[in-house]
Amino acid sequence: MDKTVILQLKNITKKFGTKVIANNNVSLDVYKGEILSVLGENGCGKTTLMNMVAGIYYPDSGKILINGEEVVIRSPRDAFEHKIGMIHQHFKLIDIFSAAQNVALGIENEKFNLKEVKNRINDMAKKYGFHINLDKKIYEMSVSEKQTVEILKVLYRGADILILDEPTAVLTPQEIRSLFKVLNAMRDDGKSIIIITHKLNEVMEISDRVAVLRKGEHIATVNTSETSEKELTEMMVGKKIELNINRTEVTDSKIRLAVDGLTVVNGDGYKVVDNISFNAYSGEILGIAGIAGSGQKELLEAIAGLNNYQSGTLTYYHPKKDKPVSFYHKTYKRVMELARENAFKDENGNDIDFSKLSKKEITKLVDDEKVIFKEDEVVNLKDKSPREIRELGIRLSFVPEDRLGMGLVGNMNIIDNMMLRSYRKGKSMFLDRKNPSDLADRIISELEVNTPDSHTAVRKLSGGNVQKVLVGREIAAAPAVLMTAYPVRGLDINSSYTIYNLLNEQKQKGVSVIFVGEDLDVLMALSDRILVLSGGKISGIVDARTATKDEIGSLMVKANKNEVTE
Amino acid sequence: MKKSTNNLKEPFVRIVKRDNISISKIVIIYAVAIVFGLLLCGVICTLFSDKGIGEFFESLFNGAIGSERKIWLLLQDTSLLLGTSIALLPAFKMKFWNLGGNGQILVGCLSAIACMFYLGGKVADSVLIPIMLVASVLSGAVWAVIPAIFRAKFNTNESLFTLMMNYIAQGLVSFCITIWVKTGSGVLPPIAYGNVPEIGNKYLLPIILFTLITVLMYIYLKYSKHGYEISVVGESINTAKYVGIKVNKVIIRTMVLSGAIAGLVGFVLAGSINHTVSTASANNMGFTGIMATWLAAFNPIIIALTSFFISFISKGMMDVRKTFMFTNDAISNIVVGVIYFIVIVCSFFISYKLVFRKKEKEDNQK
Repeated sequence: MDKTVILQLKNITKKFGTKVIANNNVSLDVYKGEILSVLGENGCGKTTLMNMVAGIYYPDSGKILINGEEVVIRSPRDAFEHKIGMIHQHFKLIDIFSAAQNVALGIENEKFNLKEVKNRINDMAKKYGFHINLDKKIYEMSVSEKQTVEILKVLYRGADILILDEPTAVLTPQEIRSLFKVLNAMRDDGKSIIIITHKLNEVMEISDRVAVLRKGEHIATVNTSETSEKELTEMMVGKKIELNINRTEVTDSKIRLAVDGLTVVNGDGYKVVDNISFNAYSGEILGIAGIAGSGQKELLEAIAGLNNYQSGTLTYYHPKKDKPVSFYHKTYKRVMELARENAFKDENGNDIDFSKLSKKEITKLVDDEKVIFKEDEVVNLKDKSPREIRELGIRLSFVPEDRLGMGLVGNMNIIDNMMLRSYRKGKSMFLDRKNPSDLADRIISELEVNTPDSHTAVRKLSGGNVQKVLVGREIAAAPAVLMTAYPVRGLDINSSYTIYNLLNEQKQKGVSVIFVGEDLDVLMALSDRILVLSGGKISGIVDARTATKDEIGSLMVKANKNEVTE
Repeated sequence: MKKSTNNLKEPFVRIVKRDNISISKIVIIYAVAIVFGLLLCGVICTLFSDKGIGEFFESLFNGAIGSERKIWLLLQDTSLLLGTSIALLPAFKMKFWNLGGNGQILVGCLSAIACMFYLGGKVADSVLIPIMLVASVLSGAVWAVIPAIFRAKFNTNESLFTLMMNYIAQGLVSFCITIWVKTGSGVLPPIAYGNVPEIGNKYLLPIILFTLITVLMYIYLKYSKHGYEISVVGESINTAKYVGIKVNKVIIRTMVLSGAIAGLVGFVLAGSINHTVSTASANNMGFTGIMATWLAAFNPIIIALTSFFISFISKGMMDVRKTFMFTNDAISNIVVGVIYFIVIVCSFFISYKLVFRKKEKEDNQK
């Protein structure tokens, strides 16, 4: 390997406020013509470090050297002058411009000639093996195409050092493979590539060396060939941990939720969920895989009653068998309707003849818990709002993707967030903060939430602790169906495994768990069945124990190419 | 590539977010800002006059708290501004930008005066006053709920809508005055009927009333289910929908409350203080109330302080104007604007601090 040092970071320190030390005295060398992985858990400061190289932040102290010479990078423009380019996790492209226009955008010292630009891009694309249609508009592109444009943009500006922030997070296995091919080609051409990531298998596959960060500190830089995933994990987390998801067999599975022909149309008139049908059963984890934006969010929100769906039915099987009827959730009218459907028996299992009883007698029977459901109650959820759903006594919990924007209120403290679901209870016009306060304390101690106290605003907690609060609250409602969207996104390894274990516990308790995930390895290790979404359609439902990653990967892109023949 | 490298230096000043700041520091920052703002204003005033800065402060304080009557007037003004701010507060907490305080107060005034004009002398004051109260509160609520309904049903912009409602209210007042005042003077003389009886002295009623409403509002926002819903809707509409809060209902309900309190301010102005109405009856409190509410960061108790501060400055400046012989109010308006500006800007230093470039680069060496 060529051993010329191209980029050197010396004793870089960056603080946010006085308490948060994002980087503490980090020193790092990058060689010419290598792929370096910067590995670390979320919040360990890897993106901050690279943002300083790319001119987004300015270090509090320390030096950056390029080719042995100290440089000052105050803005992304300075970074480009030093041939450094960064591809951010959130793409910074103009939607209504074409790929070529986006690449040419903002280049000052040459005449704007789109044809010339295109020729040069095509040369580069050929050289490194990109596939791109330069006239395609950004809004028509898939995530991986957008990423390609971002890379070309950086290359076009002559970058020799490319920094990619979590480049694989949103790609399918196949797309990841072609990205890696391109990265290898660039490395062979003498470019230095820095990949920020927390995925170990990718680190092992692509990089020459790995720099591990933990809590803002640089732990070590090792050659990939001389290390193992296990060793890297220990360096990342700081202690030995068991990374096993204990998947139990499905027992006693009963239908809990039947989705039939569900179609959701968004504000622009697109079918974001297109004729989806599936069943969810108790005691199993149903994984939902798919490229980001394939309709996962809309599907879950439709089930939760948050958006109006155009057509289809949602049927919820209320686990009521052998349980007494109560007026807490049922009105007298509803009880009589169910009675007509012959849904009840008495304590001894005999039918009750309601026609011979007066209203008073029926009320007494119900109050004495002598009217008992024969089977699980079937409830049609169509056009029910979240409030109506809860008032029916339906135990449907939902951990949404947007934790602080939907599941919780960031500026409220933990207690007030506990109340979100339950504050309406009781007839008083004032709030009862006693029970939520007890619940908050219980969740804090049981899930080991790291917080000064229950009066702390959730916004001030770290991502993992925010999620523990949210999942804790949703589980505390004793759900029959528990829906979770990307529950471990942004969480460190320990917190992620806490969440996996919680989901598994719920499964063993007989809850029907729906788990929308992005990491295929986790989906395959945790779920019992995996439903694959593609372009709002179901492209397949596979057995998680036997399916392969490639199989799921190709299902993820199936309908996009209009090859679906189901 | 080398060319520019050595000329570049670390940025001269960087802005760094503070994560914690003690209350004493906040108080000091505001105190410094207020003192600095007043000094600056004093200097500006002396530039336009032959009087000195000592006289500026003398007449400022004299104008605000120079005599017992002035103190009572200051407290009365404070309480009216407090009432207006408390009316705006629930709407603002919900992030519903109610800029229509003026209009809501004005229709409140107008309704009370209309009752006095048409029913005065025909029914006893003991009957008339409750009718006025109901009319004021109701009309204020209606004035506020119209934009709320449009926002809820058609997602119209509430800021523009409430703002426009102000002008309609002004137009209504002009219209009514034209009908009522046959002399063509355009000024409605005070009406002798329906005057709310004094308690203690003639300033005490609004002071007690709006202090009480402030306390009630504090309890409502902090401890009631409605208040909780207002906070959730204000923080995140998505969360509100997620937990099944009927967002439109909350918006409409809260705006009824907001408008009703503004209408009550109008009632006090008409029935207890002015006994007449003009297009300027609201005294622009709908907007100064926004200032008081924001400066207090939506805390009802602190709003009492900011209302006092704002009333103090405007009362004091009236005397300064007289002493310095400013013939129009332009300069005193500028001065008040400058003070507000400085106080608002200083809140920047509560969230952020500035870090300047170190002189010696060698300091950084290990």
